[in-house]
Amino acid sequence: MGIEAAITAEGFATTQLTKVMNWSRRSSLWPMPFATACCGIELMATASSRYDLARFGAEVMRFSPRQSDLLIVAGRVAIKMMPVLQRIYQQMTEPRWVISMGACASTGGVFDTYATVQGVDQFIPVDVYVPGCPPRPEQLIEGVMAIQRHIDEEGLPPVGGKRVPLNISVAPTHEVAPQPIGVSLGAS
Amino acid sequence: MASKPNLDHPVFKIVKEAFPAVRFRATEFRGQSTLIVEPGNLHKVLAFLRHDDRCDFNFLSDVIGIDYLDYPTPMPGRFSVIYNLVSYTRDDRLFMKVFLDPSLPTDGIDEDPALYLDSVCDIWPGAEWTEREVFDMFGIRFRNHPDLRRILLWKDYPAHPLRKDYPLRGRGERETYRVIDRTDA
Repeated sequence: MGIEAAITAEGFATTQLTKVMNWSRRSSLWPMPFATACCGIELMATASSRYDLARFGAEVMRFSPRQSDLLIVAGRVAIKMMPVLQRIYQQMTEPRWVISMGACASTGGVFDTYATVQGVDQFIPVDVYVPGCPPRPEQLIEGVMAIQRHIDEEGLPPVGGKRVPLNISVAPTHEVAPQPIGVSLGAS
Repeated sequence: MASKPNLDHPVFKIVKEAFPAVRFRATEFRGQSTLIVEPGNLHKVLAFLRHDDRCDFNFLSDVIGIDYLDYPTPMPGRFSVIYNLVSYTRDDRLFMKVFLDPSLPTDGIDEDPALYLDSVCDIWPGAEWTEREVFDMFGIRFRNHPDLRRILLWKDYPAHPLRKDYPLRGRGERETYRVIDRTDA
């Protein structure tokens, strides 16, 4: 079944060229796994036989960004890691899509510290956010399918979708408070 | 609540006899003994603990910095550095501690002559990275260190983040980086 069902007895079908291109693009997404934390483990589980990302044509994990068109940012990203992430994004071939997987990649998660990026979308474009800590493989598959719907509908990522830093907490909000006396055993 | 420290670690006596002119303080908690020295005497005492046969602390497990700003109990100094010594031959552990007081404001990365210790890389080569971490996080520098650079943060980081007067969320370091859009390649 599949596309064979659309072929008539004469052996040809009429369609639009963009539809054929979008169909082939969404059916063979090659992800670049940027796995920096526990989300990467769920990403591996998603690609493994039990959840089988191959059913959606996205099982070919490419560890070279030049061969991939879907960047999956899985895990927390330190600001020291941003040059690497941005270089990987820039090296990817057009058209390219980005999934921000998990709470940390999308918002910084529990790591609300001086060193952690509070959402990679402040510095690179992101198409789909997958919530969860870490997301279940089913959730990531839903994220990949969202990318596929995106490709079907729009074809290419919008040009000029520039994200700016949110500047959520530039002003320091932390004040050192005195601790109660004798919090630990052995304090004299 | 607090029980009296039990200062019966055998090395205490040996060190006291070997350095009669040096002022030591000591404490103990749950069987772990800590020896406190002045910063100027640190290197020679550590060298003695490493090379003396009765001590023979042949492994430096860790070097740790602590900031005691707003600590509930009064402390002899603002910062302390702790050397976690282990002897595999005698199956023993001892903590060496020094206190340091800054002479400059601690919110920057200026080189503070008061926050200097002698490196122990010549005694335990493994101290190189742990001392770099203490420098990175607290701004405590080590004399005669072979390669004193930041180890976790990048070179131009404008603070020493484990100091307690540094805000947890930083001063905007995580917000200021270039933004690339879909047209960048």
